[in-house]
Amino acid sequence: MSFELDEIDVIPESWTRSHLLDLESLSAEELTTILDTAGRFKEATRGCKKKLDVLSDHTVANLFFENSTRTRNSFSLAARRLGADTIEFSSSGSSLSKGETFIDTAKNIEAMNIDVVVVRHATPGTPHLLAQNIECSVISAGDGPHEHPTQGLLDILTIREHRVNLAGLTVALVGDIAHSRTARSNIWGLMKLGAHVIVCGPSTLVSRRWEELGVEVAYNLDDILPRCDVLNLLRIQFERQYTRPFPSVREYALLYAMNGDRMRRAKDDILIMAPGPINRGVEVTPDVADGPHSVILDQVTNGLAVRMAVLWLVTGSRER
Amino acid sequence: MNHPTKPRILIQNGRVIDPVQKLDRVTNLLIEDGKIAAYDVALNGQDVVLDATDKIISPGLIDLHVELREPGWEEDETIATGTAAALAGGFTSIACIPNTDPPIDTQAGVEFVQHQAERARNCNVHVLACVSKHRKGEELAEIGMLVEAGAIGFTDAERPIHNPELLRRALEYCLMFDKPILNHPEVLELTHDGIMHDGLLSMILGLKGLPTEAEDMMTARDLRLAEATGGRLHLMNISSAESVELIRRAKTRGVIVTAEVSPHNFSLTDESLRSFNSNCKVNPPLRDQRCIEACVAGLQDGTLDVIASSHAPRASEKKMQELDQAPFGISALETALALVISELIEPGHLDWDSALEKLTVNPARVLGLAKGTLEIGADADVTIIDPHHQWTVTRSSFRSKSCNTPYLGRSLKGRADTVLVGGEVRFQVS
Repeated sequence: MSFELDEIDVIPESWTRSHLLDLESLSAEELTTILDTAGRFKEATRGCKKKLDVLSDHTVANLFFENSTRTRNSFSLAARRLGADTIEFSSSGSSLSKGETFIDTAKNIEAMNIDVVVVRHATPGTPHLLAQNIECSVISAGDGPHEHPTQGLLDILTIREHRVNLAGLTVALVGDIAHSRTARSNIWGLMKLGAHVIVCGPSTLVSRRWEELGVEVAYNLDDILPRCDVLNLLRIQFERQYTRPFPSVREYALLYAMNGDRMRRAKDDILIMAPGPINRGVEVTPDVADGPHSVILDQVTNGLAVRMAVLWLVTGSRER
Repeated sequence: MNHPTKPRILIQNGRVIDPVQKLDRVTNLLIEDGKIAAYDVALNGQDVVLDATDKIISPGLIDLHVELREPGWEEDETIATGTAAALAGGFTSIACIPNTDPPIDTQAGVEFVQHQAERARNCNVHVLACVSKHRKGEELAEIGMLVEAGAIGFTDAERPIHNPELLRRALEYCLMFDKPILNHPEVLELTHDGIMHDGLLSMILGLKGLPTEAEDMMTARDLRLAEATGGRLHLMNISSAESVELIRRAKTRGVIVTAEVSPHNFSLTDESLRSFNSNCKVNPPLRDQRCIEACVAGLQDGTLDVIASSHAPRASEKKMQELDQAPFGISALETALALVISELIEPGHLDWDSALEKLTVNPARVLGLAKGTLEIGADADVTIIDPHHQWTVTRSSFRSKSCNTPYLGRSLKGRADTVLVGGEVRFQVS
């Protein structure tokens, strides 16, 4: 028996988007709409456990041109929790290796009466190009180092669950900022909602140019640590490097790993987050990852709530 | 052998601008036997009369940086379609670069291009052959034999001459033949996987950057080698403010060097990549406003000698790929003149004389061609320009086989109205 809740049947008038491609182009109001909706979905599904019926007769296609298990499973489960059918398409690398462009691939899948395409691709802008070329809704599940909007949203939802107000919070993103789509989506989302954002990591992976956008740039984690309300520990993306940006993993861990020693110098109520998959011992030590300040597993649950909210909002505004 | 007599053509009432003769006045121009015959001639039973009222009569435009893609990449362009596009763009002579498959590094290759161009009977085509065998950057191609076959200069096209010793030898060796070496300056180790200009926007979009330093470092190296050898160096595709300054200083010191800029590099910034449109992916990339201003200043003071289209047609199926897979390049022959008029002349950055100099006699001098002027006795390569015509760039406006242009939908001012090659009308707007 499916479970329904009246109050989430109505999409706010202010929500008009039929795609979610990035957080950079969203307003604070739109971000808040998604977060509030996600919160209500989480409640209505008793912590994302129960099924709702709001997207029955809809089909969501997962188009993953890059390896992923957790994000894809999260989107699939979110779609099914809403009553939608799902189809899965995955291919690594360029679709042209099979003789067709990725736009052809998407059009072929769309022709199966698809309502939403969830796309993950190693190249920035691919979701935007799909949105320009196909009729159905497009949700980005990450485009190279550009953005990962639902990851940014679930991180922010997790912070919001622990802190009433984002405005005035200091959130540090630590690690490989240069190659991190999670970092970019967090930066835009957090700044629009009034948080102070610090990017911290090796100077080869953290550009000074972020200052031009109002982001604080730091290279020494110990200097900023006492001021931080939240640390989001990003994975070093070894697969995206051409020349190694730092001498050794050992040296990186020495400078940036969040460990028990550093925890003692942090605020008492600091939140430790990581988008995963985490490299234990590189960006975070096991005692911290599994410790009382860690909200890493909350993030996973919130991922489902955010993806349900986004699927519902983009299809709803199209059908309105 | 008796050549059939070419028609006597009178071009009436046009504003003749010829930078070589310091000429800028409204007059009638007579063409006889394929040559410029006389000025101020009255209407007197000529075979063909072309009315050029309110139009500009320019020496035929010359583009020294064109990819014709044939042989090997006929899905992008053929010699017939590329030269038709050149004519429609107002160019009476082009030099084609050898990034073909196989690359033009043999006499047979040079002659193939010449024969295809003769068959097409559009504009004059001059062949730039490879500096290195198979365009591999390892050893010199048979430059002497290529000169014998008609090659007028040497370049490895978009592949920079990476090995400084090879460039040194090429500059020295070409001194014997008085031919230029054209190099695309880019230190590849700094641009690996690059997609767009390295700046704030590339950081925001997560797209790998092509930094200006990559261009500047090789520009500096090339200038030093030109100075050391006395060879004829032409720098292709200048786009960075620092490179413009390096060239300016070298010229002040007396280094023999010429340099070019392409219309997209003085008219568009990296902001164009916001749309992730692969037609804006070009190398060197669309840079920032500061670089555009430096390129314009370089054109104004003569640091940049030549405006070259850098025509790089690419089939739509290649450009429809993901941004990192899509090739670099802009199909540029048919927008170049309008961009010079709209972006340089109309806003007052360059006057007509100085703009046309960079599209006619300067490229002719780089290539060692006795063209680019309307002096009496010169080949009657003439471009009649309608400077007022307002038009919108659409796919159907292209004669090029590829319409990979970032200007689709843009309204531009000015176009070639009538184009004569060797005293024959080869193109006329309908």
